[in-house]
Amino acid sequence: MSKLPSRKEETLGGYIVHGVPFPLDTDPESLAFLKKLAPIQIEQEYKITYLHSYGQDSPWFAALSNRRLIASREPTSGYTYANPRGHDMFSGQETEWIDITDRPAKLHAFTVCHFGSEEFLPETPFVLALIEFEGVNTLLLTRLMGVDPNQASLDWIGMPVRPQFLRNSKLKPTDIYFSPQ
Amino acid sequence: MRPVYAISGGVSKFAKARPDKTFQAVIKEAYDYAINDIGLDFTTFTRIVDGSVASYFSDHFARQLMAAIMAQDYLGLCPKPGHRVEGGGATGGLCFQEAWKSVASGHMDVCVAYGFETMSHVETWKGNEFIALASDVSFDYPVGGFYSGYYAMMVTRHMKEFGTTVEQMAHVSVKNHINAYHNPYAQKRNRYSIADVRNAPMVAWPLTRLDICVMSDGAAASILVSEEGLKKLEAAGARVPRPLVQVTGIGRGTDAMRMADRPHVDYDEFMQDYATELERSSNETRSYYRKLWDHGTRYPGVHSFRAGRTAGNMAYKHAGIHDPLNELDFIELHDAYTSSEIQTYEDLGLCRYGEGGPFAASGKAFMPGIDYGLPLAEKPSCPVNPSGGLIACGHPVGATGLMQAVFAIWQLQGSIDRHFGDSTLQVQNARRGAIHSHAGTGTYVTVSVLERQP
Repeated sequence: MSKLPSRKEETLGGYIVHGVPFPLDTDPESLAFLKKLAPIQIEQEYKITYLHSYGQDSPWFAALSNRRLIASREPTSGYTYANPRGHDMFSGQETEWIDITDRPAKLHAFTVCHFGSEEFLPETPFVLALIEFEGVNTLLLTRLMGVDPNQASLDWIGMPVRPQFLRNSKLKPTDIYFSPQ
Repeated sequence: MRPVYAISGGVSKFAKARPDKTFQAVIKEAYDYAINDIGLDFTTFTRIVDGSVASYFSDHFARQLMAAIMAQDYLGLCPKPGHRVEGGGATGGLCFQEAWKSVASGHMDVCVAYGFETMSHVETWKGNEFIALASDVSFDYPVGGFYSGYYAMMVTRHMKEFGTTVEQMAHVSVKNHINAYHNPYAQKRNRYSIADVRNAPMVAWPLTRLDICVMSDGAAASILVSEEGLKKLEAAGARVPRPLVQVTGIGRGTDAMRMADRPHVDYDEFMQDYATELERSSNETRSYYRKLWDHGTRYPGVHSFRAGRTAGNMAYKHAGIHDPLNELDFIELHDAYTSSEIQTYEDLGLCRYGEGGPFAASGKAFMPGIDYGLPLAEKPSCPVNPSGGLIACGHPVGATGLMQAVFAIWQLQGSIDRHFGDSTLQVQNARRGAIHSHAGTGTYVTVSVLERQP
């Protein structure tokens, strides 16, 4: 069994305080003493729900929820982005959708996150991965499953992978993830 | 554009938390230091200064929109002109350059650049979430938004592509932490070994906690002037050290927010658009790169920051620098991660792409006269992050690029001993230095060259 950490984790939350110490008299000496006091810190909650639009990229999410991965291709040059992109960065032309679900794919780069942003802490350790596809010019950021996060190795890079889709779509980019083939 | 001089600066002591003061009052510590260092009082400087540029990264951390005007107000700068700039981790570097533009263009004779960040108002992992919101919230953030994870992915590709090792990265951490041991402004002043770095808790493989900078509260300020501005300040009693420090080079670059979208260009395009002047002129280097491309390397992909290379090339051209390793006496660069310092050695042309790892362990970027406890094969050539960098000084985002400017000014004025109370980190006879500020996975990068006049 491993040792307990030497310091406890710091968290917010605590007693609700009504009234804080303050001099009974505001004579010059007491007022001058106010400069020596520690600061008051309060908790402020900030919570908001956005109505976020995927705009022109919406079909990409619709495709994921129907177990297809589509990509954006410049119609003249054929330059293809694994991420949805309404217009090409070189020609400025509007892109067209193509289906790359069945394209051969492999791992281009990865990491194992043992910590993470607050939202994703409960999911640690998880593997972030960049995937390259045959005939596609750019990469796709995704999660990699089916590997041992405690055995991370550069040898993983280059391994063939295959897409998998959530059965219950959340209309998020995590509706797709990849596993070793 | 007319000559611009960086005459003074100030930095608040970076700390994990500064609940003792509001952000405005922390900025005032740095601001007052910069004014006092040229022997002026607050009211005299306020009368002469033409305006300001303010920098802070995140409205989320401050939980306050338009925080800059509150600082402008607190510093007594109203109703003079001012504005806020924001560009992720490069915010401070952008701010310094905007102040330079204000003076170089003739719009102002005296401009003060100030910046801050108060990151302690939320817990560490919420702070990481805020920072991760500086990635595409439709595509990247929801997959597991975490900047340490993003940089870790980039370095696994660098390792695979070029053979870079975790021990080479750890050299950067040892160097920067030990440098900061002599810098009283640094948040972390510890001596670590390679083993300490590797045995620290793993955050995002292969980056450990000691490969990554910490969050901080802090502020920094710098005063930039034209020759006319200098005359006005000196006529009012300012004592500005000679020789002057001039800003001689300005460069910026950008890249796609989603790193997955970045191109993978061929050899010819790399040589034409991205190679440094030195690389283009060397048959041996062209052959070296040809071999890399023959083995499958493409540029920049996710292993390199073309925004950094673009900014460096631009600033070097402006400053007339052909061989940065031998023509710069020091560099303060954005080492949010040990890996990104190595990648930046390459971007800034201190070595070729693919050679950053061996360069990190060679000793060329270390300070002379400091015992790092490491067997270093080469003598110091161009100390990188003599201050301790972000890894040890801390990274209060909006202040960081300005902190680099202040340390560079002090290096070139030869006044490190006076400001640090310790001369160990003074680069002897420092004539020319560069500062490098870098935002999220290489989206915005600035490089500015500062030079002591003959």
